[in-house]
Amino acid sequence: MTGAPISGGTTPLGPSEVVRIESLSKSFGKLAVLRGIDLAVREHEVVCLIGASGSGKSTLLRCINLLEPIDAGRILMDGADISLPGVDDNKVRRRIGIVFQAFNLFPHMSVLDNVTLGPRRVLRMPRDQAERDATELLARFGLADKRDEYPDRLSGGQQQRVAIVRALAMHPELMLLDEITSALDPELVAEVLSVVRELAAGGMTMIIATHEMGFARDIANRVCFLDAGRILEEGPPSQIFSTPSQPRTRQFLDRVIAAGRM
Amino acid sequence: MTPPSGPPVQPAAINGRRRRDGGRSTLIALVSTVVFFSLVGWVIVSSSSWPQVQQDFFDGGVFWRSLPEIVGALITNIQLFLIAEVLVLALGLLLAVLRSLPGPVFFPVRLLAIAWADVFRGLPSILIIYLLGFGVSALGIPGLPNDPFFWAVVSLTLVYTAYVSEVYRAGIESIHPSQAAAARSLGLTRAQALRHVVIPQAVRRVIPPLLNDFIGLQKDSVLVSLIGVVEAFRTANIQQEALFNYTPYVALGAVFLVMTLPLTRLTDYLVARDRRRYLAGAR
Ligand SMILES: Nc1ncnc2c1ncn2[C@@H]1O[C@H](COP(=O)(O)OP(=O)(O)OP(=O)(O)O)[C@@H](O)[C@H]1O
Ligand SMILES: [Mg+2]
Repeated sequence: MTGAPISGGTTPLGPSEVVRIESLSKSFGKLAVLRGIDLAVREHEVVCLIGASGSGKSTLLRCINLLEPIDAGRILMDGADISLPGVDDNKVRRRIGIVFQAFNLFPHMSVLDNVTLGPRRVLRMPRDQAERDATELLARFGLADKRDEYPDRLSGGQQQRVAIVRALAMHPELMLLDEITSALDPELVAEVLSVVRELAAGGMTMIIATHEMGFARDIANRVCFLDAGRILEEGPPSQIFSTPSQPRTRQFLDRVIAAGRM
Repeated sequence: MTPPSGPPVQPAAINGRRRRDGGRSTLIALVSTVVFFSLVGWVIVSSSSWPQVQQDFFDGGVFWRSLPEIVGALITNIQLFLIAEVLVLALGLLLAVLRSLPGPVFFPVRLLAIAWADVFRGLPSILIIYLLGFGVSALGIPGLPNDPFFWAVVSLTLVYTAYVSEVYRAGIESIHPSQAAAARSLGLTRAQALRHVVIPQAVRRVIPPLLNDFIGLQKDSVLVSLIGVVEAFRTANIQQEALFNYTPYVALGAVFLVMTLPLTRLTDYLVARDRRRYLAGAR
């Protein structure tokens, strides 16, 4: 470790804040994976998490969505701590969409049923309304003709776009994307990234864990560099990618450039 | 570089040879089957006691005379196992789900489910049929029927629910946790994720082993003759005693084979198809 870690989350608490994370810590057994994360994300903001494999990006996203219990710290939405034990985690999750690296579509359901499951069962939307909504969303992302297909008949890129639409159908306030292009063949990455660009253009608030540095530079309002469970450095992409202040960020970016991923 | 020794093998030649081999192995299989069964048949028929055995077990006249009544009595078996199968399908799933409930609150429920599975898989079916068929009706508790058919359904349901719940449980556990996580991340409750995402996939996966258990249940339906249900086995038994001839049992066997063979073949077909799919998926 060189230099003291800079604590993030210096954004003042504002009415437009979608989520605020304060000194979040999480261990798996003896392994401390997140060690005091501070991060606040404003409405319409796109935050990219970068960092080496194992630095805790996925764990952070899973904690925000309450898929992992946290050990210490707070996660605030609308000023209320959603990580408290008494909170109904289903209510929280319907406000936050998450898309995983492995698309995790439901293989026994058609694309349409995949997309309408949440709205129908969780939001209690009537079937025809849910289907109209889903059809519209699918069309917007170039999937209109795949409506009645089953996931195993789709390409990886199409599956991942369906997974994004499935999360969007819940009209979440916040989307968490966890390396959504890592499982794709290179020629399919672009179509998925363009979907994310469209979401950003539409004002969706997002936290994106990614290894695609070029993409992060394009799309992020803010980039956070995670190192060993801490946000070591954060700032606008222009600054992080050209003049990082932390030597470790520099090292990481050099490695990424050497690997040809930027 | 040295050229490969020997003439290059033409793909067409390989295909041709394979096709010829296919034809020849069918022929070999046919001939060896005919030879094998003729030999077995000859050994049996040429044994000195064959005429007696033929008369006692394979009397054509007795066979055809006893068949209609056995088939008629089989209706009882069919009713019995159809009712039991419906109950088993539902209760087995319930038991499997109860057993998967998390948290200390549900400990007694889990305990009960485990006890059910352990006790009824551990005891011989015939013992349960006896105990319920004779024991419970001997208690004479008012309100409880003492119709042996009722207790037959109950016994077989209890026993086969224990087996089938294990089949369901294996199916539920075989669905990758990321599926439930994806459902939960949409805001579905644990129960909704189970109901809409995990169980539908699990059930599809366990159809072959489920059918296997149903074949067992159908065969075990003859055991209830012991508590006085007049069904196919009991009918064959009555005829054997009346005619001093065992051919009615052979007729019963034939009837059961005709009934279970399609299910057996279907099960094997589904198992083979699943394995092919699995192999294709694992590529
Ligand atoms: N369920 C778990 N049980 C135990 N350890 C875990 C679990 N999930 C993650 N870890 C560990 O936590 C650390 C951080 O993992 P995480 O997946 O958050 O990293 P990441 O930054 O997303 O990495 P990558 O870029 O490879 O996706 C790793 O060392 C990982 O092995
Ligand atoms: Mg990850």
